[in-house]
Amino acid sequence: MDDAAIQATGLVKHFGETVAVDGVNLVVQRGQVLGLLGPNGAGKTTMVRMLATLTRPDAGAAKVGGHDVIEQAHEVRGKIGLTGQFASIDDRLTGRENLFLIGRLLGFTRAQARSRAAELLNRFQLDDAADRPAQSYSGGMRRRLDLAASLVGQPEILFLDEPSTGLDPRARRQLWTLIRELVSDGVTVLLTTQYLDEADTLADEIVVIDHGKVIAAGTPEAIKRRIGARTLVLGLVDSTRLDLAATILAGVSGQDPDRQGERLSVSLSGHSMLPALIRALDESGIEVDELVLKDPSLDEVFLSLTGQPAPPETMNPEAS
Amino acid sequence: MKASSPGLARSLDQTFSLAWRSLVQLRRNPWELGDYSFQPVLFLLLFVYIFGGAIAGSTDEYLTFMLPGIVVMNMMFVTVYIGHGLNTDLTRGYFDRLRAMPVARWAPLAGRILADLVKQAWSIVLLLGLGFLLGFRLETSVFGLLAMCVLVLVFALAFSWVMILVGILARDPEHVQIFGFTALFPVTFVSNVFVPIETLPVWLQGIVSANPVSVLTDACRGLLLGGPVWSPILISLIWSLAFAALFIPLSLMALRKRLGH
Repeated sequence: MDDAAIQATGLVKHFGETVAVDGVNLVVQRGQVLGLLGPNGAGKTTMVRMLATLTRPDAGAAKVGGHDVIEQAHEVRGKIGLTGQFASIDDRLTGRENLFLIGRLLGFTRAQARSRAAELLNRFQLDDAADRPAQSYSGGMRRRLDLAASLVGQPEILFLDEPSTGLDPRARRQLWTLIRELVSDGVTVLLTTQYLDEADTLADEIVVIDHGKVIAAGTPEAIKRRIGARTLVLGLVDSTRLDLAATILAGVSGQDPDRQGERLSVSLSGHSMLPALIRALDESGIEVDELVLKDPSLDEVFLSLTGQPAPPETMNPEAS
Repeated sequence: MKASSPGLARSLDQTFSLAWRSLVQLRRNPWELGDYSFQPVLFLLLFVYIFGGAIAGSTDEYLTFMLPGIVVMNMMFVTVYIGHGLNTDLTRGYFDRLRAMPVARWAPLAGRILADLVKQAWSIVLLLGLGFLLGFRLETSVFGLLAMCVLVLVFALAFSWVMILVGILARDPEHVQIFGFTALFPVTFVSNVFVPIETLPVWLQGIVSANPVSVLTDACRGLLLGGPVWSPILISLIWSLAFAALFIPLSLMALRKRLGH
């Protein structure tokens, strides 16, 4: 356990009367990705802030990179990179200047800071925009620059607080690729997210928190097993055959499919149901125009883990 | 938070880098640069040529009277930007990025203050330069001129902490600007910057002569034009000390609170 990259024991943080984090334990092994999953206000950001030495815990202890976050904050800061929820870059500097400044602050010489900036701009596909002020960047570009800024010092441990919030699907996938590359370079990552699919794609282990407490932890597979079903959504070439298709799906799955507009959806159980459904449709000569597999939404996750839906203000239309 | 910190040389280096950042920002924001440059120039020209004749009998005499005062007034307004910049960093998360890095705890503030002094020096030089072009005559010595610049910068350094506190407490950068300018207009106008104290109603004269803006303006006039200087210089320095002694601890406390310690 001693060589864990991040180790937190009984972390507690109050803000006035509110308990933001209520006794969280957490271990992230070196080179691993931990996904901290939860709705808005669950305490994810406060956890990250405590581990990144920005907020002092009221109780509990944490070691990051082998150093205590309170007693050895300066040493911790030398090992981490932090990309917050809102891209914290300087809008009035160019992308290149932003990275150059971070390099200088970390003690690089001018030449080193310049070459590190160029290297990161290239790696994050920001070459073309390198000399434009960051305020002209798109959301995805800003996020990439923000991530690049966190990487100037080649941190061992990277905190990503809701890295893909507000990004379009393409920018999101681009970001995921970048994160995977970092992980393959050996960086330990703690990422917070509201999306199960994001945690599923990136994380080796998921910790689900709500109201400052851990309510589930395990590998993505284990979490998904506990949560259960994915959903198959179908659209037909010939929508006049929807009724027939619905009857066939009901026969194979043993449940009445949901019908939304011209689409049918069935929740899947077991690994043989999907091929069975497709085979049955094919045998009746029904042509499929659209086929989507949906992970449970965060709300469904919470429903199955806590027996209660996630608090309404956290419902996110993008979560699917 | 308690922690070992980077060495002094590294900390100073970080301060300079952060000051560089504040100054490079100006390039992307001509509007802010305008506030340090064109606005005071416009003020100077308008007051001298529109009101000069009516107030002082001639534009030349009014220029002589007003130039030291407008340097002081402009210095006050420029301090608003330190609060504005600090608040921008706090609300946009940039301050957090710096705090999560092995950067000296005081470097972000020190960098801003240093950059602010450069901006202050720039506007003093600009205003004095324009004043000389328009016919202002230095009646003391170069030493007096330098002493005046140093005195204004010392006062700016101390008074900046008032705006640093505003920058820490305000919800967003716009509020810093609104509050800063709204508060500074009466403070700078209810002074001897534009008119001699003797021309004011008696009840107002007490307030105006107690105003640190008037005291500093008196000191600057004395240093550029001759006359008694030691008393206003001393009182200006006492005011500076008082601003620093009150607002540095208040600002640091407010910052600690805002950062959630």
